[in-house]
Amino acid sequence: MSHSSEIAPHDPGTAPATRGVVLTDPGFKPRPPRLTDTDPKAAKRAERIIAGAFGLSTLTAFGAIVAYLALPLDGSLQRLQASNLALGLMLGLSTLLLGLGAIYWAKKLMPDTPMVQERHPLSPTPEARQAALAEFDAGVEESGFGRRTLIRNSLLGALVALPLPAVFLLGDLGPTQGVAQVKAETLWERGTRVVNDVTFEPIRPQDLELGQIVNGMPASYKDIPEEDHAERLAQRGKSSVILVRIDPADLDDATAAMGIDGILCYSKICTHVGCPLSLWERTTNNMLCPCHQSTFNLAQGGRVIFGPARRPLPLLALEVDAEGYLVAQGDFVEPVGPSFWERERV
Amino acid sequence: MSAVVQAASTPVRFIDDRITLSNWARGNLRKVFPGHWSFLLGEIALYSFILLLLSGTFLTLFFKPSLAAVVYEGSYVPLRGVEMSEAYASTLHISFEVRGGLLMRQVHHWSALLFIAAMTVHMFRVFFTGAFRRPREINWMIGGVLLLLGLGAGFTGYSLPDDLLSGTGLRIIEGIVLSIPVVGTYLAFMIFGGEYPGEDIIARLFIAHVLLIPGIILALITVHVMLVWFQKHTQFPGPGRTNDNVEGAPLMPTFAAKGAGLTFVVFGVVLLMSAFIQINPVWLWGPYDPSQVSAGTQPDWYIGWLDGMLRIMPAWEPVIFGYTLSLNVLIPAVVMPGLLTTLLIAYPWIERFAVGNDGQEHHLLDRPRDVPVRTGIGVAAILFYGMLWLSGGNDFIATIFQIPVNTITWFMRIGIFVIPAIGFVIAKRWAIGLQKRDLDTVLHGRETGIIRMTPDGEFYEVHEPVSEHEAYALLARPDPVVLPEPSAVDENGVANPKARKHRLQAKLSRFYLGDVPRRPTAEELEHARAHAVEASSARAGELPSSH
Repeated sequence: MSHSSEIAPHDPGTAPATRGVVLTDPGFKPRPPRLTDTDPKAAKRAERIIAGAFGLSTLTAFGAIVAYLALPLDGSLQRLQASNLALGLMLGLSTLLLGLGAIYWAKKLMPDTPMVQERHPLSPTPEARQAALAEFDAGVEESGFGRRTLIRNSLLGALVALPLPAVFLLGDLGPTQGVAQVKAETLWERGTRVVNDVTFEPIRPQDLELGQIVNGMPASYKDIPEEDHAERLAQRGKSSVILVRIDPADLDDATAAMGIDGILCYSKICTHVGCPLSLWERTTNNMLCPCHQSTFNLAQGGRVIFGPARRPLPLLALEVDAEGYLVAQGDFVEPVGPSFWERERV
Repeated sequence: MSAVVQAASTPVRFIDDRITLSNWARGNLRKVFPGHWSFLLGEIALYSFILLLLSGTFLTLFFKPSLAAVVYEGSYVPLRGVEMSEAYASTLHISFEVRGGLLMRQVHHWSALLFIAAMTVHMFRVFFTGAFRRPREINWMIGGVLLLLGLGAGFTGYSLPDDLLSGTGLRIIEGIVLSIPVVGTYLAFMIFGGEYPGEDIIARLFIAHVLLIPGIILALITVHVMLVWFQKHTQFPGPGRTNDNVEGAPLMPTFAAKGAGLTFVVFGVVLLMSAFIQINPVWLWGPYDPSQVSAGTQPDWYIGWLDGMLRIMPAWEPVIFGYTLSLNVLIPAVVMPGLLTTLLIAYPWIERFAVGNDGQEHHLLDRPRDVPVRTGIGVAAILFYGMLWLSGGNDFIATIFQIPVNTITWFMRIGIFVIPAIGFVIAKRWAIGLQKRDLDTVLHGRETGIIRMTPDGEFYEVHEPVSEHEAYALLARPDPVVLPEPSAVDENGVANPKARKHRLQAKLSRFYLGDVPRRPTAEELEHARAHAVEASSARAGELPSSH
């Protein structure tokens, strides 16, 4: 049936001839008449059911208007729930009944004798294809596209050049200078106090009990002006830390050297894709990321115990200032948060 | 002429006289559409998309796509006085102060979940019945792109409220963009308009979500449906149904009534779900703060497989010449999704390469059992997807079943390869078994469950021959044709330049079709039927058979 001129790569027709039996097509199986086709009473009943569904649909549509007007929102959750339920129920029933009525109508009363139509091959006849190609060729010929190479080549050049400015127009979507440097620097400097991230109170070593964790921010975070919302959010996503106190006996030497009496200050941002860490298991000293379950051991310098993160959690070196509060010895020695291409180079 | 036609005649005539409507309407108004429940899955996707457009338009009337900081003073008491973005505040406003606003938010979310679910199941139908074969490869491709765009629309949409959950999703996107070699850092700064999270991202996602993506989806759906119209629908083989005809109900009135009916049923079901089942109560999550996260964070269901891949990927992150290559993020979040969608979209060509191009149009569907290897591949793909999806909930599985999350992760790392392979074998064997049963039914009739005893005490079960129509339907499939081994040289002794390719094809076609049971020959069928008649007449014979 196909007019395809495509040639099969190696013709399946050369394979052993089709062996299976081809039964004669007995033709469409006649469908038994429906009850609504033979019994006028059944047809009448179907008619009433359909009209009933449409009638109820109308009623519930008005019901939705009533629900809208009768249940103004007063700020209470109960009223909100009642309004949502009443509106949704009425609108839902109204549309559902409309739909079911239409389907029931089609199934019970509209003729169900199948109709048959012919298909025609979608591939064009070779003649049609030839004719179309001839028209195209005539068009190309008349334009001189093939002959006048100077016009053709200069046109192609212009078409290639024109989209280029469009790429540049996207250049100001974001900064393009020193982005890796921005990612690498946080607010932490030598002497920056670690403050509680909610109360912004500075913290002394004796404020932390063994096994306790405190979410911290650098004290200088408070100095970012209120209206510099973007900078504040960026710092919350970059400079936030976790203070934790672990029994110094459990710490390895390198880790212990970064802290004060077992108090350690880790970046809160996961080194996998940057979720804030939050699940602390004090019996094992493990910190788990709730997004992808990377697990860091805070007694061993934030070493990755399990999960998709590769790098240990960056550790901020602590000291105590003259007034006895915990302060940073400087910024993190490496960029915090998810890895990026240039992170070893900044 | 009926009253309806008369009433409409003047405006219709007006249009007809100007654009020759009649020429198009004639023949098309009674166009035949086959009816099978599985053909409605794509329609459900279409109707849920319409509902998305309607509910989404309502939401845009109230939503403010801005990250500017405001202090919440609305009617939801627990968040009063809290600093948040305008986006989050206006989402709370829609939920708590706009009558029907919460309903529309829930309708929008539920229909989004349904849209992608319906597209997915529709794709399964098309795959398992071979409806993607020539001439419908283009529509398979468009469908694949629509599915991807659906994921994009979903993700950009649920990021908009700027609540704690959606913000965490964006943080993960930033991490993924950063993993792209060379340009990743710059790309991240461009997407977010500066350092993460910046103040631009919600406005940018908003325009993508309400204009760019739905615009492309709408255009592609139009082409998708026009192609179905032009190429006509496929149908299952059976008595009377051939590759050259189409059997079904006419557009006017039956198909139109059923289609319109289904539209409103889909709307109604989503509305009722939104009335009764709460979804994404953003007021509970609180405004986004990059230093906070809630435990057990879960994306919408259709993003689960991507999140799952991120979770089970081993921690590979080499540093090459001083540059960091985050394979632990790049592979699961960029490389694999790209590879898998390429394979998905290319499948019609892969299969055609494997079974050989017969140059035919395929308007008759395969039953899934008829092509056991394709069915096996489909089952394996679903299992692979399902395993990744479960991995996206490994923390939930861990808490529910009290299994360490590390054990689950290791199980998944191995299971994503092993379980699809097992599923492939089982599904393939299962399909072959079903085919053999069909053959048996044609040859020996149906087991009636009636046990008879012959006069000399022999018990037998009465087999009832199947009807002519049924036998035809059961055998209405093409015989598998395995491509022959090519010869290395032709009859003139010239080396076949394509021998290598043809050898590969022969191997692949043996893999695809080698195990498919062939249909019985005419003699076998005749013999089996004669035998059945003989046996039953002998047993029912008046004289007891001799010992």
